[in-house]
Amino acid sequence: MKVLVAVKRVIDYNVKVRVKADNSDVDLANVKMAMNPFCEIAVEEAVRLKEKGIATEIVVVSIGPKVAQEQIRTSLALGADRGILVETEEKLESLTVAKALKAIVDKEEPQLVILGKQSIDNDNNQTGQMLGALTGMAQGTFASEVAVDGETVNVTREIDGGLRTVGLKLPAIVTTDLRLNEPRYASLPNIMKAKRKPLEVVAPADLGVEIKSTQTLVKVDPPAERSAGIKVGSVDELVEKLKTEAKVL
Amino acid sequence: MGILVVAEHDNATLKGATLNTIAAAQAIGGDVDVLVAGEGCAAAAEAASKVAGVAKVLVADDAAYKYQLAEAMGDLAAELGKGYSHILASATTTGKDFLPRTAALLDVNMISEITAVVSADTFARPIYAGNAIATIQSSDAVKVITVRSTGFDPVAAEGGSASVENVAAVADKGISSFVGEELAKSDRPELAGAEIVISGGRGMQNGENFEMLYKVADKLGAAVGASRAAVDAGFVPNDMQVGQTGKIVAPNLYVAVGISGAIQHLAGMKDSKVIVAINKDEEAPIFQVADYGLVADLFEAVPELEGKL
Repeated sequence: MKVLVAVKRVIDYNVKVRVKADNSDVDLANVKMAMNPFCEIAVEEAVRLKEKGIATEIVVVSIGPKVAQEQIRTSLALGADRGILVETEEKLESLTVAKALKAIVDKEEPQLVILGKQSIDNDNNQTGQMLGALTGMAQGTFASEVAVDGETVNVTREIDGGLRTVGLKLPAIVTTDLRLNEPRYASLPNIMKAKRKPLEVVAPADLGVEIKSTQTLVKVDPPAERSAGIKVGSVDELVEKLKTEAKVL
Repeated sequence: MGILVVAEHDNATLKGATLNTIAAAQAIGGDVDVLVAGEGCAAAAEAASKVAGVAKVLVADDAAYKYQLAEAMGDLAAELGKGYSHILASATTTGKDFLPRTAALLDVNMISEITAVVSADTFARPIYAGNAIATIQSSDAVKVITVRSTGFDPVAAEGGSASVENVAAVADKGISSFVGEELAKSDRPELAGAEIVISGGRGMQNGENFEMLYKVADKLGAAVGASRAAVDAGFVPNDMQVGQTGKIVAPNLYVAVGISGAIQHLAGMKDSKVIVAINKDEEAPIFQVADYGLVADLFEAVPELEGKL
């Protein structure tokens, strides 16, 4: 079966982001960018399905600027077969991204679509679910296990208080959580090979997708700083302070 | 135009997070209706009708909603939500699962995990793992929002007398089903709602040593959490994880034991009222946010603490 994986280019997770002095946004100038960690897990899961003989072709799609080709190439080096970039330099909201992905789904007709549960920039956690609604597909979000069985897929989900397994009719959508797998590193020969794999570039308009914005970023503030308190010398002093000063015991 | 709050419940009782979400709805202003969708959920609906400030409770009692699967819930909330100015759900793994579907079905964007209401169309929410707070204004006809519980004090569970009205189920498409569930069984309170949380990190060295934290927790009536490092090392299961990729907590007292204080972890607990850190490394970043820091070997300090409570 064909598997579609969506990936996003975001700030590298090791970089501490800073708010611009004019509070208009965060400062991403000259900041290291990388594939969203949850998307790496999505690519890895697809590659594992291919290694198990379940997936026959892995198509990777990204919606974003021209430089997002880097993240698609990384996915190709990890084992995806071909890539599609829906290229736009505009700022995108989740619904537009979901609509662009739906257009790709309509064209490619994958049996499984795997996405990260959220991107570490906007932390929205929306796109996979929106794609589910737009395509009429079932979804297994925050997945820690994916088991394809004939016409269905069982997805074990990380939920508050434990794990829940749902059975979904294919085609279906999976969004990844951290424990689903540990992504591999691309080997040098595979990085070289990836350069020759097909990467198609399309414009949102080619897919009939209009970029619409309904959310205005009014301002961005740094979080309220907590100042360091005091050091206590002993457990006795700690208990005493918690009882009499903080009054939380 | 009122506000529709989709309740989180287990058919018998209303989950605490719903009270925080109703508080957010009241901060927006307007009549607040609560949707209770489940199977055999009359008790949960009754509980919702008693919550202070609720105008009307809508009950969709149908087998399709027994497990509140995203596909059926998303359809129902979209259908019922059409006449409302706002649709709210708690930013739990249930709310986060179905509400984006509702937004897409209504052809609107969604605002995730708000922590403050600025006005009826403007909200604050953390981005970049809590390293920045964005204020967002929405021009969508219906504002579809998940609410982070720690941003709002819960409304009173009693004191209201809302009318209860049955609503029809939306035809289930039958594309998803519940297979099974493994819930952690514990007599301790749930992490998200606990007054006191004690968490362990990589410094705990192994899962057995968490027993020390359980003992302290039982004396304090506290919940036990963990850093991602402790989860990744396999000491404890993932549902104990406090942090940006785990649970967000804001208890009255948060005790961090053997936790260095990575940004990821701080994002999940820095809104706690009082933070205590116990760590033998006095340079650990956790001390920069702790109200009370104790530089000590946790294997001595924690048993001593337990003895003195």
